Amino acid sequence: MLAVTDLTKSFVSPEGVRGEIVRVREFALAAGEQVALRGESGSGKTTFLHLIAGILAADGGRVTIDGAEMTALGEAGRDQLRAGKLGYVFQTFNLLQGFTVLENVVLGMSFGPRGADRAQAKEVLERVGLGHRLGHFPGQLSTGQQQRVAVARALANRPKLVLADEPTGNLDRKHGREALALIREVCREHGAALLLVSHDEAVLGQFETRRDFAAINEAGQSAGSPRPAASVSR
Amino acid sequence: MTLPLIIYRSLRQHALSTIITAGSIALACGLLMCVWMVKTQSQTAFTQTTTGFDAVLGARGSKLQLVLNAIFHLEASPGNLAWADYEGIKRHPAVKTAIPIAVGDNLRGYRIVGTVPELFEKVEYAPGKKFAVAAGGRLFGGAADAREAVAGAFVARKLGLKVGDTFKPFHGLAFDEKNQHEEVFTVVGVMAATNTPVDRVLWIPIKGVQTMSGHDAKAATDVSAVLIQLRTASAGFMLDMMYNKQGNRLTLAYPVGAIIAELFGKIAWFDQVLTLVAYLVALVAAGSVLASIYNSMNARRRDLAILRALGARRRLIFGAVVAEAACIGALGAVVGFAVYLGLLAGVAEVIRAQTGVVLDVGAKHAVLWVCPLAMVGLCALGGVIPAVKAYRTPVAETLAPVS
Ligand SMILES: Nc1ncnc2c1ncn2[C@@H]1O[C@H](COP(=O)(O)OP(=O)(O)OP(=O)(O)O)[C@@H](O)[C@H]1O
Ligand SMILES: [Mg+2]
Repeated sequence: MLAVTDLTKSFVSPEGVRGEIVRVREFALAAGEQVALRGESGSGKTTFLHLIAGILAADGGRVTIDGAEMTALGEAGRDQLRAGKLGYVFQTFNLLQGFTVLENVVLGMSFGPRGADRAQAKEVLERVGLGHRLGHFPGQLSTGQQQRVAVARALANRPKLVLADEPTGNLDRKHGREALALIREVCREHGAALLLVSHDEAVLGQFETRRDFAAINEAGQSAGSPRPAASVSR
Repeated sequence: MTLPLIIYRSLRQHALSTIITAGSIALACGLLMCVWMVKTQSQTAFTQTTTGFDAVLGARGSKLQLVLNAIFHLEASPGNLAWADYEGIKRHPAVKTAIPIAVGDNLRGYRIVGTVPELFEKVEYAPGKKFAVAAGGRLFGGAADAREAVAGAFVARKLGLKVGDTFKPFHGLAFDEKNQHEEVFTVVGVMAATNTPVDRVLWIPIKGVQTMSGHDAKAATDVSAVLIQLRTASAGFMLDMMYNKQGNRLTLAYPVGAIIAELFGKIAWFDQVLTLVAYLVALVAAGSVLASIYNSMNARRRDLAILRALGARRRLIFGAVVAEAACIGALGAVVGFAVYLGLLAGVAEVIRAQTGVVLDVGAKHAVLWVCPLAMVGLCALGGVIPAVKAYRTPVAETLAPVS
């Protein structure tokens, strides 16, 4: 389903020093599998997900999603592959504030091969318990509800792989647990694989399969961390 | 479906700047079209306004002044002709009709013009159209010294004149309350509207003006000008030769339309300035689209990055911004049409009140579609710069900015 080999990414820090952030020799995910990645703040988890999603271009290595090689594609090709096969749930939700709940979910489907499907968007929103809030704007919803919209948006397009970047980071414990359960359930129903990153033990504890990002990412292990001192947790 | 939704929501989200920008475009577009149409329509209307005459004979002087005075009933008379001059040209074999007029009095600013009944009986003021008196009235009688008047449609409406009303003329072409004559005239008819300068005139028998108390007794048979219809066009050049080149006492203004066209030629710089101003306004409007979208770009960056993360291509983001700018332009152009119609109606009314010439407000002209289209194009062009900025927005950094 997802196969990562020899993936590398480095950034030039504001001081002009090139530091390697990601060096992943081998990482794979089977179809429908759910894996949690544990990693410290600043260890490169978000960068890793961005590389898988094709939002960032890798320096080297391969990312293959459902048989399609993301790293071999140009920017437009990566956009298309992402639109077709991936769902992304952000820590900060990243809902479009000017669009209604329904429109947000519809837009999550619009760029994929199946195109916008309002009926399906409504169905997914009903599944996450927001069937009565279709015409609301994100600003009119509670944080927990906003995250549910984000989950619906990531899944409406029936992706093969869902990437979740600390999806409960902005929620309190109770809502966090609910949101997490929802993501896992809906992924299971849709047959999507789930790769979730977090540094929250309460979240990680829910998963049967947990991996340490530090064990996968060789860039983080090297002596004399390349990370700039200014790196702050978000 | 997706693109219109993105554009619509973005316009809604920045509603205030959308409205202000579209408003400024509407003004620019409306102004530009109005300037253009008033220019072309007034030129057409004025050069076609001959009230049926080919030439005007008057005292030696400016042809333009002669035409303005005798045909448009504007401007002072350049001087008088003797009655014999009128009779001379009337008898000329090339002349079909010759109508004398005498000016020098007014009623509250509207000209009183003395003439002969033939004007109403013989002359077609436009092809196939003769002067007519509205129901309930009649022309002034054949009696040369009858104290009777026929009011033009516009004067009658403005001054509220009806058949049976009486008035005392004021001396001079400009209204001066202290200069009232003693003679009392009775309105015997109101003319049907002709949409020409004639509507602004009160007609009385020519003797009435000539012998008005206080007018120079020596000039009691003089006329201000003679309006002429010719039998053939070539006759005009012959008469032109006779009066203007060989003679030096009188002036023949021929052809009437060409003389007005010359006037428009003389004031061409004026509408060039107006046109330049209109173009500048259009440029400023396109610039305002650029500025308003560019300024909101920082606020939109995140939304655009989210759309990219959802799989939208760069092309689509670029297109969305350009199309949004074009939509603002289109919105402005549509409202601009209302502005245009309002402005043109206002200007046409002023021109009508001042000259009696009626512009064709509903006239079609290429500028009416070229201008809105050009405006939309300019706005789209203005959208290109912010669109490039949007196109270049890095997705990862914008979604998860590094502190
Ligand atoms: N565009 C960039 N330019 C320079 N450095 C970057 C850039 N993006 C990320 N980094 C650096 O890469 C490192 C990893 O960042 P990343 O956001 O992947 O960490 P993370 O594991 O997701 O942390 P957190 O748990 O706080 O979200 C950080 O030190 C960050 O400063
Ligand atoms: Mg992160």
